[in-house]
Amino acid sequence: MSRYIIRRLIQAVPLLFFISIVLFLLMQASGDPLATLGGRQPPRAEDRERLKRQMGLDQPPLMQYFIWLVGNDWMVVNDETGETGTRRGVIRGDFGTSFVTRQPVIEVIWERMPNTLILMGTAEVVIIIVSLTIGVISAVRQYSLLDTVATGFSFVAYSIPVFLMGLMLMYIFAVRFRQWGLPYLPISGMFDPTVGRTFDQIARHLVLPVLTISLISIATYSRYIRSTMLEVINSDYIRTARAKGLSERRTLFVHAFKNASLPIVTLIGLDLPFLLAGAVVTETIFAWPGMGRLFIDHLTRSDYPVLMGLLMMISVAVVFFQLLTDVVYTWLDPRIRYT
Amino acid sequence: MATSSQAKPITLNDQTTVNYSRARRTLNRFLRHRVAVVGLVVLIAIVLFVTLGALWYSEADANYNDTKRSLLAPNAEFPLGTDTIGRNILARIIYGGQISMLIGVTAVTVSVLVGTTIGVFSGYFGGVVDSLLMRFTEAMLSIPSLLLLLVMAKFFSGRIPQQEFLGRTFSGSVIVIVVIIGLTSWMYLARIVRSAVLSIRETEYVMAAQALGATHRRIILAHILPNTLAPVIVAATLGVASAILSEAYISFLGVGVQPPTATWGNLLEGSRRYIDDAPWLWIFPGLMIVLTVMSINFVGDGLRDALDPRSDKKI
Repeated sequence: MSRYIIRRLIQAVPLLFFISIVLFLLMQASGDPLATLGGRQPPRAEDRERLKRQMGLDQPPLMQYFIWLVGNDWMVVNDETGETGTRRGVIRGDFGTSFVTRQPVIEVIWERMPNTLILMGTAEVVIIIVSLTIGVISAVRQYSLLDTVATGFSFVAYSIPVFLMGLMLMYIFAVRFRQWGLPYLPISGMFDPTVGRTFDQIARHLVLPVLTISLISIATYSRYIRSTMLEVINSDYIRTARAKGLSERRTLFVHAFKNASLPIVTLIGLDLPFLLAGAVVTETIFAWPGMGRLFIDHLTRSDYPVLMGLLMMISVAVVFFQLLTDVVYTWLDPRIRYT
Repeated sequence: MATSSQAKPITLNDQTTVNYSRARRTLNRFLRHRVAVVGLVVLIAIVLFVTLGALWYSEADANYNDTKRSLLAPNAEFPLGTDTIGRNILARIIYGGQISMLIGVTAVTVSVLVGTTIGVFSGYFGGVVDSLLMRFTEAMLSIPSLLLLLVMAKFFSGRIPQQEFLGRTFSGSVIVIVVIIGLTSWMYLARIVRSAVLSIRETEYVMAAQALGATHRRIILAHILPNTLAPVIVAATLGVASAILSEAYISFLGVGVQPPTATWGNLLEGSRRYIDDAPWLWIFPGLMIVLTVMSINFVGDGLRDALDPRSDKKI
């Protein structure tokens, strides 16, 4: 097992390397980061040259990539003074400095990460609990009222883009509820600045974005869980378990559920990092100060050190969760062995 | 199946005899899928609406703005209201729908071309070609496509000038969006085609063709490609729906198709700021997106059942 994990980790290296080259070269030409630096006024020609040299933008793209990857603290960057560079490169944990804020990229991302984790963590818990409940019930009580309603809902929700779901929820639970004099929910930010960052405030601000993210995923997940559950329930060993006189609860939750959870684990494991990307839209609509908003804000300003940092983190997450999914698989199903 | 000894052709049921052609059987299977038929009807209605609607409003009407009539609620003159700078939303939905659907179909064409080519090369030649192409596919799959789309939209934006096509002017961003959606959505297709090719490559008729000295080109074009068609058609149909959604996402975030060219996605851009006062800004374009995507998905499901009855139905 550990040999398998090590081999997979080694295989991931060229993959990430490849992703980083593609992304870096794309970024290179994605607009001029200097154009928006000085606010409304574009910088003067001599300032431009100086800034370009400072940020290392005067180098050819492949050289820039090389410096981004391994740093330049070992080579002379200024021939006159014999001064060496200061960057240590991504492989030594230095993602460079943001063009916009001049802070290290790691810090910029680190500041926003907890906010996104609060949002996505809550959403993921809601998604798993609700879709498991709906999925299992509609499999056990096939064609019941709940099953029919859930089927109808999932067909519609599956076709609703996240931003539309957000606007709809916002309109109903914030705008309409206020007009009707009902208690309404806040629609932007993480907390009311006059009250401060309290648990109560964050919880209230979480409701709508979490609903937005989860409703669509619940639609697909619950369908998927229903169909895998149905498959398992109709298999021979479940009939045997029932024939032995096991309680229905034990049959369903111990015998059936463990096998039905295999494909569900794949679905959740592989989807998780992509949900993070989906947060871009939700965070933009609800002005949630997370990594998704960070991505959009810095995309418009061509701040590619930050963009590269975010994209690489997500790619690492994708690779990591793929491996994790495979490992959890062997634990759930001892028949599967990796060598 | 009828087992009686009477001299009747073998029948599956009263209407369907086994003598029917393959196309007819496929059509019958599709028509039995009620939801797919409803989807097809709705889809045809939407297509008629966005094409025939052009008879009521000219494109100039759709782009005409007058701030004196901005943010009007739906009324007799403007059935769906007006937007922030006084453009007629109904007219913009009609013209935006044409562009959104055009983008959906052309982007899928790009992705089918790329995906099929990569899938066929990978599956047919195997070896180093296969592992290189599949690593590339994997790399593309490891970057969430929405983020990749946003980066690429930024990369290409403003590089392509306005285009004249069929007597109408399109913002250059339409072409950019088509190309980048196509270039970020071919991966699943490539995998489907590759696995189909892998099994077809081992069949007797391909071996026979090889033994007869057929060239690679002939084997691929005449023997392999036609047999991968069914899953490709299904994937392409569903792909149109997701391409329309992708366009809506990036246009909503403001890096997609640029005004004055309308699409269902960029009609929604900025509507969040008027969530209190002008819900018609997002309700109607949003409804069109959902209806279209839903009906295309239904049609795709029906096609899957009709073309490939053995395949497992993915949710």
